[in-house]
Amino acid sequence: MALLEINNVSKSFGGFAALTDVSIDIAQGERFGLIGPNGSGKTTLINCVSGTLQNESGSIVFDGADVTRKAAYQRTRGGIARSFQIPRPFFSMSVLENLMVPLGYVVHLNNKNAETEAMNILERMGLADKAGAQSSSLSQVELRKLELARAMAARPRLLISDEAMAGLSGSEVDEVLKILFDLNASGITIIMIEHIMQAVMRFSQRVVCLDAGRIICEAAPAEIVKNPEVQKAYLGA
Amino acid sequence: MRFWIGAAVWIALAAGVAVFAKNEYVFFATYTVLMFVVLATAWNILGGYAGYVNFGTPAFFGLGAYTGAVLYKAFALPLGLQIVAAFVMSGLLGLFAGILTLRLRGIFFAIATIALVVIMETLFINWRYAGGATGLQLLRPAPLWPFQSYITMLFMVMALMVVGAVAIARYIERSWIGRGLRALRDSEDAAECSGVPTLRLKLFACAVSGGLMGAAGAPMPMYLSFIEPASTFNLNYAVGALAGAMIGGTSHWIGPVLGAVLLSSVQQVVTVTISNEINVLVVGVLLVVFVVAAPDGIIGFFRKWLSSK
Repeated sequence: MALLEINNVSKSFGGFAALTDVSIDIAQGERFGLIGPNGSGKTTLINCVSGTLQNESGSIVFDGADVTRKAAYQRTRGGIARSFQIPRPFFSMSVLENLMVPLGYVVHLNNKNAETEAMNILERMGLADKAGAQSSSLSQVELRKLELARAMAARPRLLISDEAMAGLSGSEVDEVLKILFDLNASGITIIMIEHIMQAVMRFSQRVVCLDAGRIICEAAPAEIVKNPEVQKAYLGA
Repeated sequence: MRFWIGAAVWIALAAGVAVFAKNEYVFFATYTVLMFVVLATAWNILGGYAGYVNFGTPAFFGLGAYTGAVLYKAFALPLGLQIVAAFVMSGLLGLFAGILTLRLRGIFFAIATIALVVIMETLFINWRYAGGATGLQLLRPAPLWPFQSYITMLFMVMALMVVGAVAIARYIERSWIGRGLRALRDSEDAAECSGVPTLRLKLFACAVSGGLMGAAGAPMPMYLSFIEPASTFNLNYAVGALAGAMIGGTSHWIGPVLGAVLLSSVQQVVTVTISNEINVLVVGVLLVVFVVAAPDGIIGFFRKWLSSK
């Protein structure tokens, strides 16, 4: 059985159809890539899955339970965590305290245990030396790591990484990729949205390409780059 | 622990003044200062911790005052019960208003809260039993032992209410509720995706904040022996509560206390020495000065000063 089933999801903003009839099944433990040109609906789809947006039709089933009408915080508690494309740290808090929010609200740890676990996560993410820093003082790569770290702190079963690598240098991309591979090895299903093709191709076992709110292709990474529809969507023709 | 020792010292001090001070005016003026401490503290729970700027203070305060007055007129209810009833009524108003308005953000929420004041004032202008537009004269009962006068007693009640309000605000600030409120103030979407039930927390903050404002309003009819809509639902309460919190600093419970004491004391002095009109000007001037010179209020100013040393 699939961990996440997206069934015929449609979402429009006024007269603009952002998503039309999108269906995807994602298996437990899978590394799944979601690609598509700008404005193709990737982030909208992720917003519908994480609950920050409500889809008008279709359903989202996570681990056998229909979560379509559940609030975002309930989905996070159910095991779906995400990072944001534009980092949204809790600016008034320290890096450590950012992680304390999900650790308190999702995992229900007391402060002492939450601090220990937050430090463990920061250690894994290579942010340990920034634990006490104000999150507003972080660099771009640190902010993106913080996004992932905070998502991790919710102890998710499904992690959605929304362009965690945009704007990072080659070695930084490798660093984040390694973190994601490690997380996947520990049993977490991962959806990666990315513009950096080489990263998606290396990471994903299966890739779906969206264009103008519709799925135009679903294939293994090696094949998807050869697909004429995908090439047309990206390059025009 | 230090907080509770401080609170005990404060109560003892207030009681001492209540027993020994002879000039009634001291209590009359200090009562107002303490009332604004409660209002600013209550305002800060929603406005400071959660970042929802509320101009509806008079609606909650006024409902509390009228709850006290009407219950006294109808059943001669003792003051303690009037305060509890006012807390409940204004808390419910907060919950109800919150359900209607908390989906709005920023300026739209602020406008909705102003509308709430107008609605409440109109309701009470048209309620005959509560005195309508002309108001209601109330006869104070005899003060309880050991108080010499009713005003002294009200002063003591307000001194206790300050402790209650600050203790509640401090508890919220330090608990997981406060962390959730700060998270949603920084980013509502990110808070939701970190498992924070943002709507529920905002409703809670709105209800507690409103309830405390109502409790602060309950003794007002007895303080003036009179109540009428125009002065009870006066927007000066909104500005005073907001300005107290902003001037003191919104990130720590001590901020609204310091800000309200400073602002309200200056206002009392100006009212007596210069004029009642100038006292409103003082709020405006102080607010502008602080927004420009110390945007994080008195506590922000001191934090910066300490870290630069």
